[in-house]
Amino acid sequence: MTPTEANAPVLKLQDIHKMFSGITAIENFSLEVHPGEIVALVGDNGAGKSTLIKIISGVHSPTSGTISIEGETVTMSNATMARSHGIEVVYQDLALADQQSVYMNMFLGREPVNGFGLLDRRRMIAETDKLVKELDVRIPSAHATIRDLSGGQRQGVAIARATHWASKLILLDEPTAALGVAETAKVEEIVLSLKRRNIGVLIISHSLDQVFRLSDRICVLRRGKQIGVRETAKTDKNEIIAMITGLQQQ
Amino acid sequence: MSSANTSAVGQGLANRFNLQQYVVYLGFLAIFLFFAVVLKDSGFLTVRNLSNIVLQTAPATIMAIGLVFVMSAGEIDLSIGSTVAVAALAAAVTLGQYGLVAGVLAGLGAGLLIGLINGALVAYVKLPSFLVTLATLGLFAGVSRSMTDLRSIPVTDSVFTGFFGSGVFLGIPSLIWWTAIAVAIGHIIYRETRFGAHVLATGDNARAASVSGISVPRIRLAVMAISGTLAGLAGLLYAGRLQAAKYTLGETDLMTVIAAVIVGGTLLNGGRGSIIGALVGSLMMGMLNNGLILMGLSVSDQMIVRGLIILAAVAVSLREKSR
Repeated sequence: MTPTEANAPVLKLQDIHKMFSGITAIENFSLEVHPGEIVALVGDNGAGKSTLIKIISGVHSPTSGTISIEGETVTMSNATMARSHGIEVVYQDLALADQQSVYMNMFLGREPVNGFGLLDRRRMIAETDKLVKELDVRIPSAHATIRDLSGGQRQGVAIARATHWASKLILLDEPTAALGVAETAKVEEIVLSLKRRNIGVLIISHSLDQVFRLSDRICVLRRGKQIGVRETAKTDKNEIIAMITGLQQQ
Repeated sequence: MSSANTSAVGQGLANRFNLQQYVVYLGFLAIFLFFAVVLKDSGFLTVRNLSNIVLQTAPATIMAIGLVFVMSAGEIDLSIGSTVAVAALAAAVTLGQYGLVAGVLAGLGAGLLIGLINGALVAYVKLPSFLVTLATLGLFAGVSRSMTDLRSIPVTDSVFTGFFGSGVFLGIPSLIWWTAIAVAIGHIIYRETRFGAHVLATGDNARAASVSGISVPRIRLAVMAISGTLAGLAGLLYAGRLQAAKYTLGETDLMTVIAAVIVGGTLLNGGRGSIIGALVGSLMMGMLNNGLILMGLSVSDQMIVRGLIILAAVAVSLREKSR
């Protein structure tokens, strides 16, 4: 699914520059993510991927440059603001409360209440059941405690949570780094199913195989510099590896 | 809790790790049956004795409710041991000079203030609650001693002593009312409100809570404030029941309260707990005290038995956590 011109990008980064106490972490980074598009962010350790994710999710603000969401320039000073713009992050550590139920985690920090100000468990459970079924995350029940789930199931819950709340963009930070083969396949299926919901996805992954399976475009970072963006269908692993390592400039 | 649509698998999972949640009820039953048999000629089973147990445990139960919130958020409050005395003395002194309402407000206010001091140091200065409240435990023990130069202050206001101590309303002693109301409100806030859910999330995974938009420092401040205020209320109940306030009030309660909360199924490291469990845990500790006295054990033997029970409770709690 190639983005058309009519599709306004859900996320547009323009000339993003980030300095940490005099040291440049990111320079001149520009990228667009369109609805229903999966963009992979690749680069070696320390290339600045995590810094970028933090900038997009509102944890850091850029030193210069603009972030626009659906054409509107936004300034975000914390993660809550990013969420209110429809951006959700699936962190590498998943940010799940292990001893709470799946449904409480789905609504963590945003629990619905009834007219008496009491938790609306029925609604949380019903919405969790519905979403878990739609995304085919195979968990025993919405009541299951997170710590009793497998790594893949936890990742599924974290992605389901992001999907429930993200209206525009989901950032995935190494979603399958800790998973086995079968579980990775399952999580990749879920990520691909996000396209049908017309949500933009920005995924960080160290696995080039995975990047080529999932993404529409690939953006390469090296030492804080944007090396280039390629359409996945029109490039190959050798070119991307060369861009990541810098052994052969394009 | 609605469990109507819990699947069979969910039920199986639920059954597996609830040993620690139910251990308090089994323990309570076992100790009750033991005393009922052993002490059947010593008056253990009389209504008077059993209701006495509930009356005597009322302050500890109230403190335990506060501690469930604190421990569920992954913190601890040791200062409740001396907050009780400060609050009781503040209430007694103010009561004598400015009347009933001022006295009650002074007692609760003293507890709230101590809780806010603890909470601010934990939440915003980011000091470990164990160290902060260990320090304030000692600090306010000193304050309570200096407040009245170790003297006991009599509480003669009959409205106060009736309301917080020996009174009876609708045939039920006021201390039982206080226990029931505090447990009911505490349970609802803990289990059924967003605040309760945020307390649990904070103790479970503070980072996850934080990135989910929960203000972790505010939760930490709030639980310490709740604990302080409830310790203040416990001070009022002591002053009402004993018709006097003294610096020794609540001095020996700390260990009992912590034991009640842990036995009651609240994890030391946060994320899981139970108000009802803490109530039963507190009643169990009170029953144990009562039974051991009726059995004729010396104070030192009672302390040893209580210590052993706390050890067993902590062992179960930690085993569950590391599973």
